[in-house]
Amino acid sequence: MNDHIYDFSQLTRHIDESLRAAMSPTWAVVVELVIIGLVFLTFYALLGLFLVYAERKVCALMQNRIGPNRVGKWGLLQTIADLLKLLTKELVYIERADKFLFNLAPFIVIIASFMAIAAIPFAKGLQAIDLNIGIFYIIAVTSVGVIGILIGGWASNSKYSLIGAMRSGAQVISYELSVGLSLLSVVIFSGSMQLSEIIRSQADGWWIFKGHIPAFIAFLIYLVAATAEINRGPFDLAEAESELTAGFHTEYSGIKFAFFFLAEYINMFIVASIATTMFLGGWLPLHIDHWAAFNRVMDYIPSIVWFFAKTFFIIYVIMWFKWTFPRLRIDQLLTLEWKYLLPLNLINTIVIAFIVMMGWHF
Amino acid sequence: MSGIIKYFADILHGLKTLWAGMRITGKYFVSPGEIVTEQYPEIRHKKQIVSDRFKGEVIMPHDENNQHNCTGCGVCELNCPNGSIEIITKRIPDENGKMVRVIDKHIYHLSMCTFCGLCIKVCPTQALAWGQEFEHAVYDRTKLTKVLNKPGSSYKGLSSKKKEAKS
Amino acid sequence: MSEVIKNYIVRENEDYIVNMGPQHPSTHGVLRLELVLSGETVKQVVPHIGYIHRGIEKMCEYDTYKQIVHLTDRMDYLSAHINNEAVCLLVENALEIEVPERVKYIRVVLDELTRIASHQLWWSAYGMDLGALTAFFYGMRDREKILDIFEESFGSRLLHSFNTPGGLMHDVHPNFQKHAMEFVKYFRKKLPEYKQLLTDNVIFRNRTQGIGVMSRETAIAYGVTGPSGRGSGFSCDVRKIAPYGVYDQLEFEQILYEQGDSFARYMVRMKEMEQSLNIIEQAVDKITDGPFTAKVKPIIKLPEGEYYQRVETARGELGVYVVSDGKKFPYRVRFRSPNFSNLFVLNTIARGHLIADLVAISGSLDLVIPDIDR
Ligand code: SF4
Ligand code: SF4
Repeated sequence: MNDHIYDFSQLTRHIDESLRAAMSPTWAVVVELVIIGLVFLTFYALLGLFLVYAERKVCALMQNRIGPNRVGKWGLLQTIADLLKLLTKELVYIERADKFLFNLAPFIVIIASFMAIAAIPFAKGLQAIDLNIGIFYIIAVTSVGVIGILIGGWASNSKYSLIGAMRSGAQVISYELSVGLSLLSVVIFSGSMQLSEIIRSQADGWWIFKGHIPAFIAFLIYLVAATAEINRGPFDLAEAESELTAGFHTEYSGIKFAFFFLAEYINMFIVASIATTMFLGGWLPLHIDHWAAFNRVMDYIPSIVWFFAKTFFIIYVIMWFKWTFPRLRIDQLLTLEWKYLLPLNLINTIVIAFIVMMGWHF
Repeated sequence: MSGIIKYFADILHGLKTLWAGMRITGKYFVSPGEIVTEQYPEIRHKKQIVSDRFKGEVIMPHDENNQHNCTGCGVCELNCPNGSIEIITKRIPDENGKMVRVIDKHIYHLSMCTFCGLCIKVCPTQALAWGQEFEHAVYDRTKLTKVLNKPGSSYKGLSSKKKEAKS
Repeated sequence: MSEVIKNYIVRENEDYIVNMGPQHPSTHGVLRLELVLSGETVKQVVPHIGYIHRGIEKMCEYDTYKQIVHLTDRMDYLSAHINNEAVCLLVENALEIEVPERVKYIRVVLDELTRIASHQLWWSAYGMDLGALTAFFYGMRDREKILDIFEESFGSRLLHSFNTPGGLMHDVHPNFQKHAMEFVKYFRKKLPEYKQLLTDNVIFRNRTQGIGVMSRETAIAYGVTGPSGRGSGFSCDVRKIAPYGVYDQLEFEQILYEQGDSFARYMVRMKEMEQSLNIIEQAVDKITDGPFTAKVKPIIKLPEGEYYQRVETARGELGVYVVSDGKKFPYRVRFRSPNFSNLFVLNTIARGHLIADLVAISGSLDLVIPDIDR
């Protein structure tokens, strides 16, 4: 296998060594941290802008429209223009709102999504930190975001915001279970929580193929539950614009609103990349048994392209959901979780454990 | 047992209906031929953006001699439900030195017009018509008050009478 | 009456009161609903109306009968043509003007096109209320085809004061029949899409079935007419029970559903669109050549007396009541607008449901606010 041709670990090791040669180890670590931070910050902003643009194009095409097409070629600069507009907008302060919490909320949301990105393996050797409990870490930090939403809704001193925040709380807490359980199935398969280890275990086939039907069911459940966890349509009850005008961020304006907005898209990216990593083999190319020539061609596509292609495919599916389905009601949302997803998931997990025990997977 | 079967049947049925919806949006996603958006300033060059009966504004057609059909009778003013039309007439001497009443200013308030079409329908000499202009946005509201008869124009009938008198 | 009063509760201190509107995405206009909530459950809905009151009824007293027509456009702007027709029919019946056959059939075609356009807009907006944003664009896309037909013939797309007592303002475009038939064909193809996207969708069904159940008795007590009333089994289609124009010569069904929930009201409208397509098909063939208006005096004066005319708009029964004292202006004009009655049933049928259901219910009543306030 020649999957080392696009290995980023040599590049990173090279940077690391030259830094260590130039300064004391402590400073080298600090500089490395700063570099990683800057790279991720840029990546984060660009990705957010791109995803907003992509969403607008996707929904436009689904709705027989063209979508953004004025600023730049094919409207590519539209979201940048929007961002500039948001930056220059007035930050409206709400009378009798809790100022401190009101200002704090967007940061909690955005930091939670920012932290999760750190553990995502983008390509071979391109991962900020490879924790041995990587998937556990991601699940943990992404659920911090809901605290920001709750605080934002509470501190706004607005009734719609409060209802939106409460809905969001109920929703995220219940769907966390399904997300966790469906990811657990892959952990059972691969026997590790380390993301790089999970990817390595898929070198001879992605889990969605290797794991028979149970893995596919787990994948579907993950897709649904993750969509719900990031408050996206058809589960966008927290902001349900036809009921609560804008839900928890009704009272936010300008760049603070942009934070919520951006975080929503980055969260979408995060759940999609987790799905890629866990079920679709991360940055591994698509290999089909006994098709040596085909496999070789696939190997020449850089791993980072594979990663992003898979992730964007999942993002597209999530967008597809949003632009097709009506919104659920809060009690139906909870029914779906507790009556359908969770029992199925539990049975599924047991079946998977059984399969692994008997060694029936490939 | 039947409960369990129903449970799974429900799930399958639900998934099927969801997939039916996704098929439609998916179909349109990959068929750009169905796009219905009209790109507005770009289609301006197209000859006909609106239909030729489009009610853009009330106009008074003038012929090449700068003559129109309005006698200044004021029927349109009477029939307008919201006072969008004001007729100001003046008296001028005709051929024989007799004073006749002709239109001085046919004032039309586009900002008040409801496009009911009564003025055009009732005009005894068909002096009014619909114009197809639809870009009416202006910065100053007074610009929406228009004088429909062009400066220096005259009533067609008057001159034909003149000509008849001459010949 | 006492039952109606009973529906309004005494407020308590811990009630969570939310003002939905006057600016709210799903009140579709400047309607203010004062909600008394407990948690997310609606305990009471108090509609506050009047934000877009323009005094149309009073204005009518200072207009001639021909001028009144264009004011009715501005009530239920989605059934503009049908509103016009109500006034015209009233005058025609009062003066016993014999309207040419051609006009009658053209009016029917236009009525039904208007009804379809209105239902399409409602379908779009209902999808949006429930969060299916794409439905909105599909409905609007198809409505555009009707508006194009309107624009071609009358020059305006929404408020086309095209009727006038005695007939039409001017003749329809020569292509009118052809394009109407083309639309029928086009829309027959698109209707299954509506079904797949929303009607059959399991989420949609769960959001509407059993929500906001209105019994037949309630519908009659509140005077809920139109598709909303027929969803409760209240046979109230004016086109059937008191036919005007040439509706008695056309074949169509009155759609009745017994369940009375939001889904029944939804289905009535979906089925009505199909019926309207049938009506158009029949009526277009019967448009004969002839004059587009009867001979009418320039100044219409109704003989002294009271007149009433009702028609079926896209939302229910519109009644026009005119008292004339023999002058050229009417003495009094009143409209019995369908939306007014349909709105006030909201408190009765939405209590005990969640906020999300309230949106689904008020959407299924298909309210047009300017018609309520007039
Ligand atoms: S436009 Fe027609 S109705 Fe009006 S004043 Fe002139 S001639 Fe009379
Ligand atoms: S179209 Fe109607 S409102 Fe407009 S000027 Fe003519 S009569 Fe008046």
